[in-house]
This record gives sequence, C-alpha cells and structure tokens, in this order.
Amino acid sequence: MDGSHRAFDRLPHAPGIGYKPQHFNALRADPHPVEWIEVHAENYMGDGGRPLAQLSALSEQFPLSIHGVGLSIGGEGPLDTDHLARLKKLCDWAKPASFSEHLAWSTHGSEFLNDLLPLPYTEATLARVAAQIDQLQSTLNRRILLENPSSYLAFEESDLSETDFLTELAHRTSCGFLLDVNNVFVSSTNLGYEPLAYLRAFPTEHVGEIHVGGHDADHDDQGAPLLIDSHGTPVDNQVWQLLGETLALTGPKPVLVEWDNDVPDWAVLRAEAARVAALLPA
Amino acid sequence: MTSQRAFREALLNPATPVPDGLCDGKGQSAGRRYAVYRNNVTVSLKEAMVTAFPLVRKLIGRQLFDQLATEFVRAHPPRTPLMMAYGAELPRFVENAPTFKHIGYLGDAARLDLAMRASYHAADADPLTAAALSEMEPEDLWQSHFKLAPATRILRSPWPLFDIWQYNMVPDAPKPQPVQQDVLITRIDFDPAPLALPAGGADWLAALDAGTPFGAANDLIFGCVPEFDLAACLTLALTAQALISPSSKEPK
Repeated sequence: MDGSHRAFDRLPHAPGIGYKPQHFNALRADPHPVEWIEVHAENYMGDGGRPLAQLSALSEQFPLSIHGVGLSIGGEGPLDTDHLARLKKLCDWAKPASFSEHLAWSTHGSEFLNDLLPLPYTEATLARVAAQIDQLQSTLNRRILLENPSSYLAFEESDLSETDFLTELAHRTSCGFLLDVNNVFVSSTNLGYEPLAYLRAFPTEHVGEIHVGGHDADHDDQGAPLLIDSHGTPVDNQVWQLLGETLALTGPKPVLVEWDNDVPDWAVLRAEAARVAALLPA
Repeated sequence: MTSQRAFREALLNPATPVPDGLCDGKGQSAGRRYAVYRNNVTVSLKEAMVTAFPLVRKLIGRQLFDQLATEFVRAHPPRTPLMMAYGAELPRFVENAPTFKHIGYLGDAARLDLAMRASYHAADADPLTAAALSEMEPEDLWQSHFKLAPATRILRSPWPLFDIWQYNMVPDAPKPQPVQQDVLITRIDFDPAPLALPAGGADWLAALDAGTPFGAANDLIFGCVPEFDLAACLTLALTAQALISPSSKEPK
C-alpha cells in the first residue's frame, strides 16, 4: 500500500461515512461515493484476511480516518502498551490522514469494558489525560484528534466545564478535536445546558473533524429526557440544525456520518452524507 | 470522589448500588442515568458473543444463548480491547455451567466457533499447490517440510463435530452420525470453512507442522493408524489450501 499518492494525507472538507464491511461493493461501485471514510481501529488489528484486504483497497481510493475506540485514554491506570503498539502498527501500515480517539475510559486493571465511560473534569483528570495524550502522540508520531463524549450523568467532584477542560488539554498537548455534534446535543439535553453556549465555548480553532449520528430517546427517574448515543438511526433534525450552527463557528470541516447499529443499505447512508454536503459550502 | 474501581464495580453487577458522587445536571442522584452505562457494557459484550458464537447460539437457541452470554460476560469480561479475540474461555465455561454441561458437545462447538474466527483474521499466505508438488522429484518431496497455513486450524473431537456444524449451519445437511470427527478449518481467500478429516489426518497434519519431513510423517501415521489414506488426506489438504511450504516466499 502506497499512501504517498494524491492528497490522501488530509481529510477533505467534505462528507465522509463510517465504513461498514457490508457496503464494500456498493461503495466501490458508486460513481459518486463520499470523499473519505473512517474505520474503527480495533476492527483492523487481525493479521490478515478480508478486513485488511478491504482496508488496503479502500485506502487506495479514499483518504482514511482511523478512529480508535479501545485505548482508554482517561483510564486511571497506565495506557496498555500492547494496544499502543497495535495502533502504531496499523497507522504505519494504513497511513491514515487522521487518527482520533475518545475522551473516556474503558479499561480497568486487566478488564476491558467495551464502552466509553465518563470522566470527572478536575485538575487531576486533566494532568493524567494530558500525559496519556502526550504518550499516544509521541508513539504515533502525529497529532491526534480527541472526541468529546456523550454524557448521561455528571460527577459531583467536577470543578471544570467540559469546554474549559478541553481547551486546557489542547494547550498542554497540542492535540486537536473531533467535535461530535450529536454528542453535544445528547450531553446538553441530558445535563440541561445550552448546546450553542457549549459550542461558543468550545476550542473550535482546534477542530479537525466533525461527527454526526443518530440517538435514541429515553427518560431518567424524574421523567427528564435522557438521550442515548446509539448510532442506530438517521441523524435527528435538531442535530442537523446544530451542525449548521457548528459549521458557522468552525468554518468548513470534514464531516462524518456515523451509523454503527442496524446499519442501513448504502443508499440510505449515502443520502445522509448528501445532507452533510448541503450544509457545507461548495 | 468516584473512583473508576467503584464505577466499574457496579457495571456488571446489577445488585450493586449506583456509585456515590454521580448526579444529573442539577445535582440530583444519577440513578437510572448510571444504568445507561450498565446497559451499554452488557449489551455490547453480549452482541460480541452473538457475532463470535453462531454455532453455539444455533444449538441452544436465542433465549438460552442470551442467558449464557449474560452469565459469561459477568464472569469473563474482555482482557484486551481486541474484541475479535473475546470469548476464549467459553468452551470451559459451558463445560462447567450447570445449565449446559449435559450438552456434551457444546464446548467443542464453541471451540469450532473460536477457530473459525481465528482463521478469518489470520495472516494471508500462498498455499502449497498440487502443481508445486508435481514438479518435485520424489526423493525431494519425501524430504520436504510443510507447515499449516496461518489460517488453518485443527480440532480433535470425541463428537461428530463436523456433522453437528453442517447439520446446524448448512441447509438440508444430513443428521449427525454417532462418530468421532476431527475437523480441519481452512480459509480459501477470505471465508473459513470446516471439513471432516479422515482417520489419521489430524495426526499427519500435526506431524508435518511440527517439522517432520513429508516421508517420515507418512510412515509415522501408517505405523499407528493402519487405515490412514495418504492420497485422500493429501488431496484434501491441497484442495482446502491447508498447507504452505516454508521455503515459499512470504506474500506481500
């Protein structure tokens, strides 16, 4: 695989999709496919077979974003050096235009819990996460993008806002951000703040990529709305509106449609990406 | 402070109360909000089990599999972020679980599911071909060393394991017969497939993979399995692309 050709070293300011193997043939056959794709790093850590063959072929056709879901950057314990080595091997091989991970934890001791678990926003968390981002960036020898979480609850001990926390992280580590607009909508609904106020306080100058995706609606013990970041439905109209408002603040960016559960046919996903295109300046 | 230890403690055990120090946006106790994480963890791990163990699920049905998966993910959370490797403890788990241990072959069914997935993700390799063998002088062939391809797996079972797989996963397949079957799993291109190995086949392939020269491996197996059919085993191994030649070049 030769990553040096064309302008595949950066994601275009255009719609992309979260790639699913069942779309391989349709995506390759589409005369007007999306302009870039994103894959979950952990699905491409085998030694060979179909996943790596598909990724190799796709990386010849599309700029690639590799999105890690398993590193546990916010974990109280040290980063898993075996997993860091796997990420480095994958990035060295696939030469993605972008690598991103989550502001979350998922590993505790020797257990991996397979979910993005929340963090209190304190100086102690900040120092720990900054050190782990430094370690990741020096291992991969690249600047990473960190994704803002979907929150269902808050920590009493938090004494920083999420946006102040992220701003200070960028200051300390020079990392960039993957701004997930659906997560902003979900968190602001769940915790009762204004999404636009959050976006205005967000360090938008460091945003390298934007996500949108679907969510489900539930409620908490008091009957207050509780939105779940499920990636199993079309993007909500209010999230589309918030994406427009986000792009007005950030300027044009690579925007990804995520659909990970109950994955629809390629045509449906392609239509969601077309809605992104309509919001991006030509 | 809410430590990650406390947060984790209540995740996989619904009887444990919601950890202290968690709230909604107005300072009320988190309650049901914490259950979102509890649900995400359990559901995502159970979905990984559904993907990983199609034969086990077919054998015991959706409802019992759901119960099995719930018990298993609590007892054996993943040890690495590589979910493609999750579930290695399931064969022993079902063999020891009171609900399932009467289904004697369920452990081997889980081993077959694990081997199929390992084969799917194994490294690519150029197979040993009949054409390559036919070009060799007989004495060179007799001295040759062959290895199992990275995607090849061998399962030895006291159960009709191949028949059980076929009957449950292939439409209109015959009912399993009461025989012991060793199973060979190989991958041509991208999709692993199982085959029943003839008598002595598993030992023969294992001997080759352990570095025994071709001729010596044949003699070894003839010595202990009189009905060993070399031609049948060799044809099967070549057709299924089970072998590689260690001297052949690594694929790019």
